[in-house]
Amino acid sequence: MTHNFSVSPDFNPSHISGWYIFNTWLQRAISENIHLELYNDFESHRNAIATDQLDLIYANPYDAALLVRDKGFVPVACPENRSDEAIIAVNKESPLVNIEALSEGTRISSTDDPDVRMMCMIMLEPAGLDKNNTALNQRDTYVLVAKDLLKNDADIGFFLEETYNDLSEIIRGQLRPLVQSEIHVIHHLLLAGPKLASKRDEIQQSLLSMSDDEKGKGVLKSLNFQGWSAVEQEDTEFMIDLMDTLTE
Amino acid sequence: MKDMNPDDISGEYREHTLTYQDGTQRKVLVTENETPLPDGRLIVSRTDLNGIITEVNQSFVEMSAYHKDELIGMPHYILRHPDMPAAAFKGLWETVQKREKWHGYVKNLRKDGGFYWVYATVIANIRNNEIVGFTSVRRKPSRIKVTEAEALYQTL
Ligand SMILES: Cc1cc2nc3c(=O)[nH]c(=O)nc-3n(C[C@H](O)[C@H](O)[C@H](O)COP(=O)(O)O)c2cc1C
Repeated sequence: MTHNFSVSPDFNPSHISGWYIFNTWLQRAISENIHLELYNDFESHRNAIATDQLDLIYANPYDAALLVRDKGFVPVACPENRSDEAIIAVNKESPLVNIEALSEGTRISSTDDPDVRMMCMIMLEPAGLDKNNTALNQRDTYVLVAKDLLKNDADIGFFLEETYNDLSEIIRGQLRPLVQSEIHVIHHLLLAGPKLASKRDEIQQSLLSMSDDEKGKGVLKSLNFQGWSAVEQEDTEFMIDLMDTLTE
Repeated sequence: MKDMNPDDISGEYREHTLTYQDGTQRKVLVTENETPLPDGRLIVSRTDLNGIITEVNQSFVEMSAYHKDELIGMPHYILRHPDMPAAAFKGLWETVQKREKWHGYVKNLRKDGGFYWVYATVIANIRNNEIVGFTSVRRKPSRIKVTEAEALYQTL
């Protein structure tokens, strides 16, 4: 039997080959056939989840709630020392110095990454801003969000911290972070579906010892992960409760 | 719970005696110093079924001005500010017992007598269809909402 693996569509494009390398490594480690399917947008990824096509998912915290509470997925592991943090950035020349300086009608450029969108909208609340009194430009990639700022087509841009730091030196040099989240407890994680649940402990063990050998280290490097940390059911339930307090 | 200690207070203060739901009384010392919540932070805590604090994050500790070990095991009313109307917390408890989400603007009391405003959300932690505790996450409110809440709370 072949299992289907997918990665939350907010993956960093420069890590695509890393995910294929990881999948090859994982198949050997647990002696299972696994097919990796990378979706480019959240809608097709959600569709695959809704129709129960996936057995292993590197999920964003937003989807984790549905997967764990409604679809019977179990948590396996998350990347070591890495939480999802967001940055609201402006053009370096922008007169804006803090969130409270923003006013109604602020033009936002953002991708459709639900996790980042949520964290950034929360960071706008102190200025009395919400989706009803701001104008949102939705872009396909973070590079396009950055370009909106460079061309002054947007006042602020929403970024995942990691992707902001991965922007080229030239682009980043023309931007400035206005505010950065320090949430620490929200993160992506690997979840196993019902068909792989019996392999959950084995997958977890393999991931935790990944940094012990040269091959595993190479795979981690291609994903830019330091290693994996175990995630237990209650850790995930807690994160889901937390996400729940932050969503409408 | 111990009364607040004048040695911990920075600046001029007024004295209040609070009586909590469980009958406990405590003398609290209150100043007019506000500490704004830094942008981008969330304050997180969890309690057991009785509102006893079981977990707090670093932002919680910093904003409250207590040490972490002074908070864990204490009732959450350790942060209760005398300017907060009892009705607000009654509503909180009724809502979360019904397994619904509670939102509200809360003025919290710091160990040093100062205060900080938050927009708080509280939910029940449900496991195997039972409530096992509660989680609260607070974020930075807008000034306008704080002013509105201040005016409303004075009438309650
Ligand atoms: C998860 C959770 C978080 C709470 N956070 C606060 C808080 O930050 N400040 C506060 O004054 N009360 C908070 N409360 C409410 C207190 O338990 C308590 O009801 C309130 O301080 C008033 O005290 P009293 O109900 O004994 O009169 C929280 C309750 C729960 C369940």
